Parts: sequence; structure tokens; C-alpha cells
Amino acid sequence: MTSLPAASSRKLGLVIDLDTCVGCHACAIACKEWNDGGAFGPLPDQDSHGAEPAGVWFNRVHTYELAGTGHHEPMSPGCRPDARIPDHDSRPQSAPGMTVHFPRSCLHCETPACVTVCPTGASYKRAEDGIVLVDEDKCIGCQLCAWACPYGAREFSEQRGVMQKCTLCVDRIYNETLEPVDRQPACVMACPTRARHFGDLGDPESDVSRLVAERDGQALMPELGYRPVNRYLPPRARRGCEEPPALAPSETLDRAQLSPLLRWVDRVLSR
Amino acid sequence: MRPSLSILLFTTLSGAGYGLWFVIGVVLAIGEYPEGRGIVLVPLAIGLLLTSVGLLSSVAHLGQPRRAWRALSQWRSSWLSREGVAAFLCLPVVFVIAWRIQSFHDVPKVRLAGVGLAFVAMLTVYCTARIYSSLRTIPAWHHWRVLPVYLLLAIQTGGYWLWAVMAWRADPPREPDGIDTAIPWLLALAVTTVASALLKRGYWRHVDRGECPATPETATGLGALGRLRSVEQPHTEANYLTREMGFVVARRHSARLRALASHLLFSLPLLMLGSVVLFPPMRPLGATIALASVMLGAFVERWLFFAEARHVVTLFYGARGEPTR
Repeated sequence: MTSLPAASSRKLGLVIDLDTCVGCHACAIACKEWNDGGAFGPLPDQDSHGAEPAGVWFNRVHTYELAGTGHHEPMSPGCRPDARIPDHDSRPQSAPGMTVHFPRSCLHCETPACVTVCPTGASYKRAEDGIVLVDEDKCIGCQLCAWACPYGAREFSEQRGVMQKCTLCVDRIYNETLEPVDRQPACVMACPTRARHFGDLGDPESDVSRLVAERDGQALMPELGYRPVNRYLPPRARRGCEEPPALAPSETLDRAQLSPLLRWVDRVLSR
Repeated sequence: MRPSLSILLFTTLSGAGYGLWFVIGVVLAIGEYPEGRGIVLVPLAIGLLLTSVGLLSSVAHLGQPRRAWRALSQWRSSWLSREGVAAFLCLPVVFVIAWRIQSFHDVPKVRLAGVGLAFVAMLTVYCTARIYSSLRTIPAWHHWRVLPVYLLLAIQTGGYWLWAVMAWRADPPREPDGIDTAIPWLLALAVTTVASALLKRGYWRHVDRGECPATPETATGLGALGRLRSVEQPHTEANYLTREMGFVVARRHSARLRALASHLLFSLPLLMLGSVVLFPPMRPLGATIALASVMLGAFVERWLFFAEARHVVTLFYGARGEPTR
């Protein structure tokens, strides 16, 4: 049934910290590894050792260069993230240029068009926790859901002839054969900088909801009206970037006072 | 968006088929259809052939064609499903008309059947157009002109099919006001052609303005940090998203194809209509040339409809929605 269920109070999702993500792609690899053997696998590749390998990944990590605003272009030396500055208070008037790594996966929207456009009922949103899934035994591979998703969360498997997408590791998070500490999505478990957080974004008291409130977490393209659940935490304001650092005064050097050895060293180094 | 051959064939052939059924239905409904059973059966069968080939071609687009029947189940939410249901609704109406149509054409039942056929045929094209125009992720398609262009092009191509069938009749009408020669009918065809030409030009102007309020900065929410440039893609090779959604044609290419589509869809058919009015004996030739022209033109137009449309997911790959010219 591709009509959406009544809104649930439980909204499981991810919070991704763009400040601490280092772009290592461990989340993407761990996701591919788990889901290739998980309940929604396999995720076969085509031409995997050939010239043009291709295949379905549920998680993709982009790397962006942000030019910066104001006079901070390029990034001045000495700018460091300062956790003490709350972002929403001091959203930088001028920001230094920086590199931002941007993991992109399903946002498990509250009103996902990818579900309602599905002609077969293969795409569905779970009423109990809001996870958006594809029933791969019903999917006819028309690919309309991929067109309807603004976030590129759905990829078509040429090998299997069906659409595949992030399951929020539904086969991990409720898996009682795993230790409770391991009942989290594979991407969250793998992240070495803990830039990914999993939890219930429908509960304002949950850790993830608090994190979102504290760091001004953002929804992607809210103007499209899909009401994504996942949130992205923007990079923190950089400390010491209000004014460009003054150039170090150029030191004068009286060569005549140097010993012959140092004068020779100076000449060699000045070449 | 990648113009896949199966979808192009489906939307153009089925569009013409449902358009043809619509025109047959309208002519039946107003009681102007020429007498005789064959003259109804032949275009009805051509419509069946066009829509069937189109639908089979769309099934070829599926990753799991054997499960295609499942697509009829979600008509409550999905325009694609509604389209399938509407397509199947046409069949009983067509078969009833084919079975019951008699030489007496002024019977209320025949008129009622004509109204029914015109309605379900247009309903199907309406659903097809809504599949595309309801997608907010593709700003070029999420536009009010998409729906009337689909409807008018279906009616236009269907109209030229009926004109061609009538023009090739073995027993040309003795009275000079047959559906293929009477001025009001040719005028109606010309008006449809001009109307779809105007709407299509409006659509192309809309595409040229490149109305996509989103940018890579707004899509990622990183706009406060300055201009965004994608320095490293998530994958070294093309993937499904870049192939399917990232298809962008060169501007010059698209300008030439638009001119070609315009001439094939609008200029040449109008020229043929004018020639036939002035010189009726060239009716079969003129109608055939016009038909071939509009079908080719519809195909080029549909190719452009896909090739020129950008999907917002390309913003995450750093693409900027500059106007195409």
C-alpha cells in the first residue's frame, strides 16, 4: 500500500555532523558490506573489476569546497573550530573557505513522494517507526520513485531489476541476536569521528533531537515539502576569523653581523 | 533526464492511439461519423495497435516486466497506477463500440459510447501527463503547461491519424463534406495544431528561463559558507543517478532539435492542411505526409522533453541550473 500511514510519533533517522565528518567513506563501505549480506541484499556490482564498475550504494559521500564569504578567502591560517561558540548565535557573518564532506543517503521523509508514486505497493513507509523501505519482491523496476526522490537516495539495480535504498539497517536495529550496543545502523557503527548519530527524531527529549536543537540541525531542501527526518549539523563557526590575521612584521637581518658560516647558510637558503 | 527509447515510444505511440480514440469518440458523440462499420473499425483497430505497442514498449522499460500486473494496484496514490487502470478502462468501451456499431449513427447509445470513449481515452493521457507534471524534483516538468501539451499533442497526432485513414478510404464519400474534406474538420485540426504549437513554445521559454530556485548551496544547506564547488565525486565512475538524472544535452543540439520538432509538428502539417484545402485531390498524399511529420515531430519533442529536464539531485553533484541559452 503506497498511501502513507498516519503520522507516527516515532521517527527514526540519522543526524549527520558536517563539522566532524572527515570524508573517509567508512560509512559507505560499512553500509555496502552489511547490506550486501543483510535482509535487503545482495547489492551486486556490474563490471566490478573492469573499466567501468557500477553498482548500488545506499550511502554516497560528496566532498565540497566552500569558497567562504567576506574577506576570508582563502582560509586564513590559525582558524580552528571552536566548540564553545554556539552556531546559531554566531552564524558567521564572514566564513573562511573550507572543505566539507557531505554523506548523502535516504532521509526517511515524513511525506515521501517516492512512496506515493509507486504503482505496485513495493515502496512503503512503516507506520511504527517511519522507515521507508522497498519490498523487492513486489518492485517492478519502473524507477519512478528514483525520479521522485530529490536526494538521490534510490538506485536501480541493473542486476536484480529492482530499486534499492537505505533501510536504516532495519535488520540491525531490531536484531535481538546482536548485542544491544550493536543495534545501530552499520554506517553509525563505522564512523571513526562519530559524525553520525542514530535515534528517534520524533522524541524531543532524545539525544539526537537535543543535538539537533543545540547545533541548529537542518533538513535538506525543505521547500519541496517531503519533510525529511534526517538532519545535518552545519560546520561550527571558526574561532579567530573575525579579522584577517595581521601579517608578521618582516624582520630585518643584518648579514654583516653574521658569522661566515651563517652567512653562507643564509645565502644558500635564500636562493 | 535520460530519454529512454521505451518511454519515448510509449508516450508518443500511446498518446497518438488514445488521441485517435478521443477524436473517434468526439465525432461519434456529435453524430458526424460517416456511415458504415468498417470506417469505424479500422481507426479503432489502429488505435488499439498504437496503444498496445506503446504499452508493451513501456513494459520493456521495467526491470521486472513479469510483475507489470502489480502496477494496477495503487491507483489511490500513484498516477502511474491510475494510468494503467485508465488504459484498461478504454478496452471494454472500444470493444463495445466495435461490436455494436451499426450503420445507423444517430442512435443515443452510440453517442453515449462516443462520449465514454473520448472520456476514458483523455483520462489515460491525463494520467500520463500527471506522472511527469507532479514531480517537484524536476522543475521543468513541474509546470502547468506540461499537462495541456500532452493532451493537445495526443489529440493532434490522433487527429492526423484519423484524417489519414479517412483520406485513404477505398470508397470516397459522394457528398463533398466528409470528415476528411469538410472545412470545419480541417479547421479544427489546424486550430489544435496551432494551439499545441503555442503551448509548446511557452514551455520551451519556461525551460530556457531555467526556473530552478534551488542551487547546490541551498540543496546542501551550506550557503552561509560561500559558493559551493564539488571537488570530489562520491564515486569514480558514472552511477545510476548520474546516468539517469544527469543527462544534459548540449545547447546548440537542443536549439536545432527544437526547430526540427516545431517544423515537423506544426509547420509542415499546417502546410499540408492548406494544400489539401486548395487542391483536394492530393488528400491521401497530403494527409500521409502530415501524419508521418507529426509522429516524427512528437518523437523529437518527447526526446527533448526528457533531455532538457534537469533533476534536482544533480545539485548535489555541483551542477548549476543555468538557463539553457
